[in-house]
Amino acid sequence: MPLTAEIKKDYIVKLAKDGKRADNRKLDEYRDIQIEVNVVSKAEGSAKVKIGKTQVIAGIKMDVGEPYPDTPDTGVMSTAAELIPMASPDFESGPPREDAIELARVVDRGIRESEIIEVEKLCIEPGEKVWIVFIDIHILDYDGNLFDAASLAALAALMTANVPAERFELGKDYPLPLKEPPISCTSAKFNGVIVTDPSLDEEEIAEARLTVATDDKGDVRAMQKGLNGSFTVDEVKKVIKASVDNGKKIREQLYKSVGK
Amino acid sequence: MKSDIKLFENGKRLDGRKPEDLRPIKIEAGVLHRAEGSCYLEWGGNKVLAAVYGPREAVPRHTQNPLRAIVNARYNMAAFSVDDRKRPGPDRRSREISKVISEALENVILVEKYPRAAIDVNIEVLDAEAGTRCAGLTAAAVALVDAGIPMKDIPVSCAAGKIDGKVVVDLGKEEDNFGEADLPIAIAPRSGEILLLQMDGHLTQDEFNTALNLAIGGCKTVSEIQKKAILEKYQKAEVK
Amino acid sequence: MNKETREIVIPSQLLGDIKSKKAGRGTFVEKGKIYAEVLGVLNANSDYINVVPLKGRYDPTEGDFVIGIVMEAMSSSWLVDINAAYPALLHVNEVPWDVDFNETDKYLNMGDTVMVKVLQVDQEKKLQVTMKDRNLYKVKGGNIIDVEPSKVPRIIGKKASMISLVKKYTRCRIFVGQNGRIWIDGDEQGVNKVINTINKIEEESLSYGLTNKIENMLKEDSKDVQ
Repeated sequence: MPLTAEIKKDYIVKLAKDGKRADNRKLDEYRDIQIEVNVVSKAEGSAKVKIGKTQVIAGIKMDVGEPYPDTPDTGVMSTAAELIPMASPDFESGPPREDAIELARVVDRGIRESEIIEVEKLCIEPGEKVWIVFIDIHILDYDGNLFDAASLAALAALMTANVPAERFELGKDYPLPLKEPPISCTSAKFNGVIVTDPSLDEEEIAEARLTVATDDKGDVRAMQKGLNGSFTVDEVKKVIKASVDNGKKIREQLYKSVGK
Repeated sequence: MKSDIKLFENGKRLDGRKPEDLRPIKIEAGVLHRAEGSCYLEWGGNKVLAAVYGPREAVPRHTQNPLRAIVNARYNMAAFSVDDRKRPGPDRRSREISKVISEALENVILVEKYPRAAIDVNIEVLDAEAGTRCAGLTAAAVALVDAGIPMKDIPVSCAAGKIDGKVVVDLGKEEDNFGEADLPIAIAPRSGEILLLQMDGHLTQDEFNTALNLAIGGCKTVSEIQKKAILEKYQKAEVK
Repeated sequence: MNKETREIVIPSQLLGDIKSKKAGRGTFVEKGKIYAEVLGVLNANSDYINVVPLKGRYDPTEGDFVIGIVMEAMSSSWLVDINAAYPALLHVNEVPWDVDFNETDKYLNMGDTVMVKVLQVDQEKKLQVTMKDRNLYKVKGGNIIDVEPSKVPRIIGKKASMISLVKKYTRCRIFVGQNGRIWIDGDEQGVNKVINTINKIEEESLSYGLTNKIENMLKEDSKDVQ
């Protein structure tokens, strides 16, 4: 129900044309990011991430199950996201809406395609038993930029997760085998201006959105464009640059939080 | 379920507590930005988050009551909150708990002040360790106060049970799994009236009375913690 | 009691007896005793015991000036969000224009900001607002921020003392709606200053001597700019 007043949207656009934002950030600057790990004792790995006032919690649970028929000796991963009603007056309870599904799939691809989880090391009995990694993301407080908060929470949770071998009598617990994580950065476009880490108000007026995940070498590992507006080729390159620059800083903070 | 573990030995429980001891509890009010009222609560190994929206016009329209507000409490356990991952979405247990919590809260909220409206309460269990409905209701009550909802009392919940023949308060994980009875209750502390009452297991009438008294005592202790948490949040801004 | 702070009370807290005091706003009576019904600030200075709510949506009172956002244009009225538990109705008879049937969207549309007055609150809490009064109109330009409705009296101040200070030192036009919406117009620096000042007032709303503190803060700020 809460509508954004047109004059507020106009105000944001006016500021943006001068390279300014309502909360005094630069166009390519992130809000304050906080990462806390091991927040849920029952989970194999967990993390809570705040970007500004957006709050997301991710939990990793693992189980033993059958592999996919076409990959009989690799582990399986699955990502789900819940836009729970507490996070926003506009979220209702019920089956996942498209936004939740898109969010889960984008976070999932970012992790899967970059092969951060070494799934070849998660085989127990080829063709019969493998480890299944469940990544569950709960949005607790929605104040803009769920993609980045959710991805970051998922990564931090993975990086502090342990395979619960003891519970399944398969040996001792050991850290989930992972490779270097890609960091996901989202930018939005409105009235010809590109802003990174859009706030809730900026998302309201965004015409197009682009999420780019980059790795420690600055290579691009995943991308997702959303909303029905368009980007010029130059704008796409601008977004990639903002993602690489911010990705570097966020990666440093992530490593520090997980104790690397 | 029976096991070989001795739950009660030498006057002490598995975690060293005496029969009348509660697990450690921590409550914080006003922790979310979008929600109009919220509360984060830790109770033993339980971690619960509650959020309130409203009063706001009830939708869909056919659910509106022309004389009062309706209270919708939704209790949910996160997939990662339990040992074996729980599939997302409400199951029958969650829906039953949601209903008994809604009914308890409706009793104390001054619903006649808001005809045609809904007060939506969301309870999310992030980490579970026995007694989640008690933790959830207790957190929801704080979130309602935090949202400025008018109430005639602040409800609070606590459970008692029986382990190895001994009646104790606030069951822990093993006690819940292997004990002989479980009695979660909720009260309106000012009047002492009972708003939620469920029981399963086996208790003699005497044991029931003991258990009920223990649970009510537990509720009163937790009620002080709730009140302190609320005052701390709002008084502290002024102590400069 | 500590003179530096005002007392905060919580629902079900015992405040007094009907033998010695009268039960005012924010309280209820049970068996001759007066209790708080909401989280708020205790006001027991007069014959009445009142509790002023600290939080919660705007509770509409007839005659209040508020800032609304149009939600929907219907055939002969508009639905307006005024940050209350319910949306308010603005009828075509209550605007200064001559609006034909089904032409409402030519005048006001979803997202438009309007200054209106609360006309009527009925038994079922159905709300009506009007734009037929001096100083009521459709707003153009500027920015809007939201504050807790309970903080509005503090932001305006006694005889508008607080808000006049803010206007003076920031050179901005400011309109504070009773419903917790505030409209600000001015140069960018001024608007930022207004927002920061209002945030500060919100944080410290319960302390005494706030007007002086804010005045000093605004004065200091102006000196820095020179």
